[in-house]
Amino acid sequence: MKKRKSSLPFSGTPEQERALAAVIQQHKGEKGALMPVMQQAQEIYGYLPVEVQQMIARGLDIPVEEVYGVSTFYSQFALTPKGEYKISVCLGTACYVKGAQAVLDKISEKLGIGPDECTPDGKFSLEACRCIGACGLAPVMTINDEVYGRLVADDVEDILQKYI
Amino acid sequence: MVNLKINGMDVSVPEGSTILEAARKLQIDIPTLCYMKEINEIGACRICVVEVKGGRALATACVFPVSEGMEVFTNTERVRNARKTTLQMILSTHNRSCLSCVRSGNCELQTLCREYGIENERLYEGDKPEVIFDTSAPHMVRDNSKCILCRRCVAVCKQQQVGVIGANDRGFDTHIGCVYDETLDHVDCISCGQCIVNCPTGALREKDDTARVYEALADETKHVVVQTAPAVRAALGEEFGLAIGTNVEGKMTAALRRLGFDKVFDTDTAADFTIMEEANELVERIKTGGVLPLITSCSPGWIKYCEYHYPDMIPNLSSCKSPQQMFGALTKTWYAEQNGIDPQDIVVVSVMPCTAKKFEIGRADQSAAGVPDVDISITTRELARMIKRAHIKFTDLPDEEYDNPLGESTGASVIFGATGGVMEAALRTAVETITGETLEQVDFEAVRGTASVKVAEMDVGGMHVKVGVASGMTGAKELLERVKAGEQFTFIEIMGCPGGCVNGGGQPIQPAAVWQTTDVKAKRAHALYAEDAAKTIRKSHENPVVKKVYAEYLEAPGSHKAHQILHTSYVDRSGDVVM
Repeated sequence: MKKRKSSLPFSGTPEQERALAAVIQQHKGEKGALMPVMQQAQEIYGYLPVEVQQMIARGLDIPVEEVYGVSTFYSQFALTPKGEYKISVCLGTACYVKGAQAVLDKISEKLGIGPDECTPDGKFSLEACRCIGACGLAPVMTINDEVYGRLVADDVEDILQKYI
Repeated sequence: MVNLKINGMDVSVPEGSTILEAARKLQIDIPTLCYMKEINEIGACRICVVEVKGGRALATACVFPVSEGMEVFTNTERVRNARKTTLQMILSTHNRSCLSCVRSGNCELQTLCREYGIENERLYEGDKPEVIFDTSAPHMVRDNSKCILCRRCVAVCKQQQVGVIGANDRGFDTHIGCVYDETLDHVDCISCGQCIVNCPTGALREKDDTARVYEALADETKHVVVQTAPAVRAALGEEFGLAIGTNVEGKMTAALRRLGFDKVFDTDTAADFTIMEEANELVERIKTGGVLPLITSCSPGWIKYCEYHYPDMIPNLSSCKSPQQMFGALTKTWYAEQNGIDPQDIVVVSVMPCTAKKFEIGRADQSAAGVPDVDISITTRELARMIKRAHIKFTDLPDEEYDNPLGESTGASVIFGATGGVMEAALRTAVETITGETLEQVDFEAVRGTASVKVAEMDVGGMHVKVGVASGMTGAKELLERVKAGEQFTFIEIMGCPGGCVNGGGQPIQPAAVWQTTDVKAKRAHALYAEDAAKTIRKSHENPVVKKVYAEYLEAPGSHKAHQILHTSYVDRSGDVVM
């Protein structure tokens, strides 16, 4: 699947930049430094926007395209920020069979964002995930640590209302 | 040494050799696709698979190291089937518009498909990845529908210290692209075109400007002048089946005349002017304590790289226009005046071994007569295409001469096409200028050869001179870092492509298999050095046209007028670098 890229403005802080610089310093010159630096950069920023990728490329003296290539290869790297409320809709086999796609589509429609995107106000981010082990409740979704089960598309509006 | 058997034949090779190298020693050919000697050795495409006795899976010959007692089989049914399956999988997503493809007949994928009997095309109908067709750059087109993801372009781009293309996304969506899938004009591509000459298929190609040339030739109100760079004559013959390193200057001029150009001139003549100006600039900088080392400015790929990554060294760059641009400038000023032609009515077409020249003609400060110095720049490959399209029997042509006056050249200018050539040509003139004595030994062997960095020291009229030559951006970076670290050089030549213009991004494309066994760069360069040795006049300042133009028109090298016509300026592009 192609990765979605964020169109939201970058809002990194000087503290974050210092933390990343320290990580780069620690790994610079090591063989295979790129992956650990990217993982820690994602911990610092929550995701890997182009600005952060450029800092990594400059720091490790490699082309930024190389960083970008790795970031789009591994699903663990996110190119979009996470929202205050992180919505995960399970598209595992059981949930999918029970109609999870319709739930996901409804959330997309209500929030105006697709999977792997974040609303412009930073409030909600949406993702499709694989089985979370709650097949008995299929179809399920989580919003941060809250689990919602046996969903139908019509439930979506009421659930979202609680967070708006 | 390691002893092994390939197809039952004994062979001994040094430890660490690959099966591919061992096979080559026995004249056994193993097909490859992603493999490009010394550039891309990643064993990704699996076309080179062979059977190793006792091995569970097939081994990729291009990266698999030999071992004592190994038995290899390169042509078993299992091997043939595996290669065929690989080709079928590549074809399943390939845009098979081979009839109209620029690489038809010279496509490594097409050749393999023919060899392995890939017949039923209907088998390969199904989903295709998204098509990315990038025409944003002035010099090239990227067409991912013909890409086989071999990554040869990615490897050579990185080797050129550019690294603006790479593999993005994964699985079925994997594609070669720029960071954030930007178009090429938004990243710091230097237009060198090495990706094109390393591409096995038609996914990467030059922007074809032949239609504009035909249009100019058909316009009776235009005086259409063509110039050919030195390296073109050393490679054009390859497009017509001649051996690598055949100098086809005479047949090329004959072909250009038959294509209908009003005048067939030589960039070499302009190169002699470049030497006059550059040698003068060097001597002036030495005398007046100017910025040293002076660095050559003939290669537009190198210039762009410098503007992106070494803007602090722009003052070191020679302000001389490249020979292509000097030629255009002289044609539209001096030549136009001499012949009473309005520069507006002159179309200057250049034939170059280079794709970056297509970018260079559009640079700022390159219009001596108020109109662009050069109107259209085509590559060696595009010229070959025009000759074929005109059904000119190239190999049967008589050898003809360039037209006068801008066809008279020296041995100094013809070697511009090889790395070290500009340095050698400049030294022949600069040394005489400094010492005031005639230089008897004109061969500067120390700056010849295809090494990426060459350094030589010499005594010139009691002065210690240290010169450096680099070709390819890896060599350039190495040399520039040495300068930055404080090493004192007087004069440096840098060419964008490894080996210089003979291996430019606009040259005929030789398949990877040829590069494995032939030193293409050295053979093409040899054609130029042989022409130099055979010339009676081998120093730029002895070119009669050069003498005449300076006496009648430009006054002297470095004069105000010479500066107006033959010099240019550069821009700091470091802000445009994406990384």
